[in-house]
Amino acid sequence: MCSFVQEIKALLALRGKKFQPIENFKEKSPFWCLDGLSEEDVRGIMARSVCAKSAFELWGHGQTHSELRTSLLNYPLEHMSPFMEKHSTYRINVYTFNKTLEFTDRIKKIDALDYLPFEGTVSLKSPQHVFCLLEDYGTDPNDIPDHPYYIYFGRWIGDGQRELIRSHSVKNRHFIGNTSMDAGLSFIMANHAKVKENDVVFDPFVGTGSLLVACSQFGAYVCGSDIDYNTIHGKGRSSRKNQKWRGPDENIRANLRQYGTENMYLDVMVSDASKPVWREAALFDAIITDPPYGIRESTRRTGSHKDTAKPADEKCYSHVPVSQAYHLSDIFTDLLNFSAHRLVMGERLVYWLPVYRPDYSEEMVPLHPCLRLISNSEQTLSSHTSRRLITMEKIKEPEEQDSLALGADPSLSPYQGHNAFREKYFSGVNKRSGKEENKPEVNGE
Amino acid sequence: MKLLTHNMLTSHVKGVTKGYPLLIKATEVKMNEVEFNPQFVSRMIPKLEWSALVQAADELGQRQDLPGELVPDYEKNEDFLKKVHRLLLEVEVIEGCLQCPESGREFPISRGIPNMLLSEDEA
Repeated sequence: MCSFVQEIKALLALRGKKFQPIENFKEKSPFWCLDGLSEEDVRGIMARSVCAKSAFELWGHGQTHSELRTSLLNYPLEHMSPFMEKHSTYRINVYTFNKTLEFTDRIKKIDALDYLPFEGTVSLKSPQHVFCLLEDYGTDPNDIPDHPYYIYFGRWIGDGQRELIRSHSVKNRHFIGNTSMDAGLSFIMANHAKVKENDVVFDPFVGTGSLLVACSQFGAYVCGSDIDYNTIHGKGRSSRKNQKWRGPDENIRANLRQYGTENMYLDVMVSDASKPVWREAALFDAIITDPPYGIRESTRRTGSHKDTAKPADEKCYSHVPVSQAYHLSDIFTDLLNFSAHRLVMGERLVYWLPVYRPDYSEEMVPLHPCLRLISNSEQTLSSHTSRRLITMEKIKEPEEQDSLALGADPSLSPYQGHNAFREKYFSGVNKRSGKEENKPEVNGE
Repeated sequence: MKLLTHNMLTSHVKGVTKGYPLLIKATEVKMNEVEFNPQFVSRMIPKLEWSALVQAADELGQRQDLPGELVPDYEKNEDFLKKVHRLLLEVEVIEGCLQCPESGREFPISRGIPNMLLSEDEA
């Protein structure tokens, strides 16, 4: 899925550190070695990353156990000894990537490390120090070698936050919608946006608040708006299979309460993202959002127009006098412009851009003179569509001419015309009747 | 609706040039306890239009002894920060409306949530 590199780079940037891989770095490898970081840096990153599994202080490595041994014996003793003292406790884990080892083989490997000057005692239950022997047997489950391609040995520092994906699963969340962002992706987006404690984060297409839930978990104060009155108020039809209508505890605030972050809730409003109600000042430390693509949720804005989109539950829309199709190109123009005017300098906008893959080229990514494109990672949705996670950073304050230039931005032409993306999306589903369906499964793997 | 949010909102009615701050007409206000975070309050103070906060506090009868102008060295003044914290985060308008000071247009607030949508003629 999404770029692991981008998440780590953003988290490093939060600490003012650079991404410095050692020689022969391979992005696709499950093992990465990075330089120039303190233990505190690593702990800080692992406290936020949902992509990273575990982090270790590397003591030695090699292609064979013999090379590993040489490498370990070259590791300065003074760096080892604080963790090997006489009265300390430790354990050694063996981790084999892409291979299952018998228990006895694991023990053999641990025993083979007896040249290391451990003076403490082994404690399996609660050791003070944990070490790990990591063996890389490649990434092809159909071609597992007898011996590892590469071996590492290091001191365990910390694990990543994959548990957050489980604990914040949308399955167990009180209030969800058809397009609620899955927990893993929400946290990744918050990391891309460099969200930190005491930030103010805004989501202009907040829906059921999944992104705000993630940001609040990282200590940010959160607010959002949406044009859909029912979603904001937690009314209307449920998105759950066995439930017809939403219950009273289903709203964004309740979601934050569920995870213990209600303190971070600022406000949500019913508002049209194309007509901002916020002062033009550096109000937000991050703008994180998943704008409507016009497939599962319709794209709407207020204004008179003969061509009205027909969303579900129309009777509840007395709060929106007339709906006008919100052209996708305008969504992005407005979003980038809004961000340029209301982000704190140096801070970020993170959003999903829907893409019709056969037509895609990098020039299609919307640009703005005040925002610098930091990253662009693809998540495939189907054979002909995907969405791209776009991260941008504010680099200068807007001037009069910047807003005008956007109107003619050629990158936005594939999104022109009423729901152009929506048409292309359904043209690939040509065996079906072309009616709107609740497909595909937008999965965050 | 909290007063921190109110401080950042402005009227977007077409043709209005003096749409800030929005007037608050509240029929129901609640006090809601929120954990005091002095760093957050200190961070927010420079972003605020102080006079708009004072005006809003007055409108809700919640001003108490909030000064008309920002005190210097507020970062270290815990008493002051607590007063600001209370106003920004703990006072909530549950029912009422926000009113554009120039056009008079009202935006309803129900269950704490403002509805800022304009009709087609006003957009």
